Amino acid sequence: MSPIVDHEPFIRQDVALTPAQQKSRRARNIAIGLALGLFALLFYVVTIVKLGPGVLNRPL
Amino acid sequence: MLAASEMTKYVSDLSYRLEGAGVAHVCDASPSDFVQLLKPRVMSLVVLSALAGMLLAPGHVHPVIGFASLVAIAVGAGAAGALNMWYDADIDAIMIRTRGRPIPSGRIDRDAALGFGLTLAAFSLLTLGLVANWLAASLLAFTIFFYIVIYSMWLKRITPQNIVIGGAAGALPPIVAYAAATGAVSVSSIVLFAIIVIWTPPHFWALALIKSGDYARAGIPMMPNVKGADHTRLEILLYSMLLAPVGVLPFALGFASVLYGVLATVLGVLFVALAVQVYRRRIGEAAEKAAKQLFAFSILYLFLLLALIVAEHGLGLAAFAAP
Repeated sequence: MSPIVDHEPFIRQDVALTPAQQKSRRARNIAIGLALGLFALLFYVVTIVKLGPGVLNRPL
Repeated sequence: MLAASEMTKYVSDLSYRLEGAGVAHVCDASPSDFVQLLKPRVMSLVVLSALAGMLLAPGHVHPVIGFASLVAIAVGAGAAGALNMWYDADIDAIMIRTRGRPIPSGRIDRDAALGFGLTLAAFSLLTLGLVANWLAASLLAFTIFFYIVIYSMWLKRITPQNIVIGGAAGALPPIVAYAAATGAVSVSSIVLFAIIVIWTPPHFWALALIKSGDYARAGIPMMPNVKGADHTRLEILLYSMLLAPVGVLPFALGFASVLYGVLATVLGVLFVALAVQVYRRRIGEAAEKAAKQLFAFSILYLFLLLALIVAEHGLGLAAFAAP
């Protein structure tokens, strides 16, 4: 028996999101962006703290 | 015949097509739904207990390093919560207490919860390892493993001792935090671990007495459903009598103040008194009220003990500290 459906890519052109779906997707995207931004900031600050004054100690 | 992988794909595709009327089945979860997956109330207790463990550490911990470590531990606990909801989605849908959670209510699908939990777990472990040390990261990994595999996947559905052993997962954050601060494990952090482990059975069994019908419908072998309500009441009383002196240990061992010792003693006596009420009142509304009171008080008990340790060691209120 052959597969019943063709294996289309997940993103389909014939699907129109409802306004609620678009709104929730936008909110999720903003949340992911903020989380990644805070993650990067956390690592930046921790790096500065761990290196201390040594962060400026490099050959010019 | 379709191969298993093709069948999975077919079912997956079908779920998108059966929505009908041109409306696609697309995730419409809000960020707050994903926050719910993290079990924020459990996470708040994890943060408090981890902070207490960290503040018991000797020497100075840089505030930024301490904060980053606590964030990593909190996110790791949240990841464990999300993975627990992923695995328990079937029984969560049956129980009244949990059927409003994001997966059984249909706001988030299981695969998304699994991906979310695994991603957060990986990020939290990596962060704790790089920011603090790999002993702490290993202990956090063990905590997540214990909660998901040992408790959720194994013990929860087969033994009434599930939360006795599984409670260890919820009790590990002080040890993880102490290790993050010092790179070692100490008696003081093990004492906090012991308090939370012994606190867990009376806390959850008080809830199980109230929700025994819920657990029975879901087929979870909680103590009241397996050994009966009266036996559960006896065990609650025994664990409460054990908890009261163990709760005073931080003072007895010299890492908490006289004020803590007095408070822990008073709260321990009240805990036992409420457990006695649960033991004596076995029928009707009085029985349910006693169980509810003990459940609510158990949360207050742990919160106050941990908060006092945090206040003494973190806010410099150790003027009454034991010599």
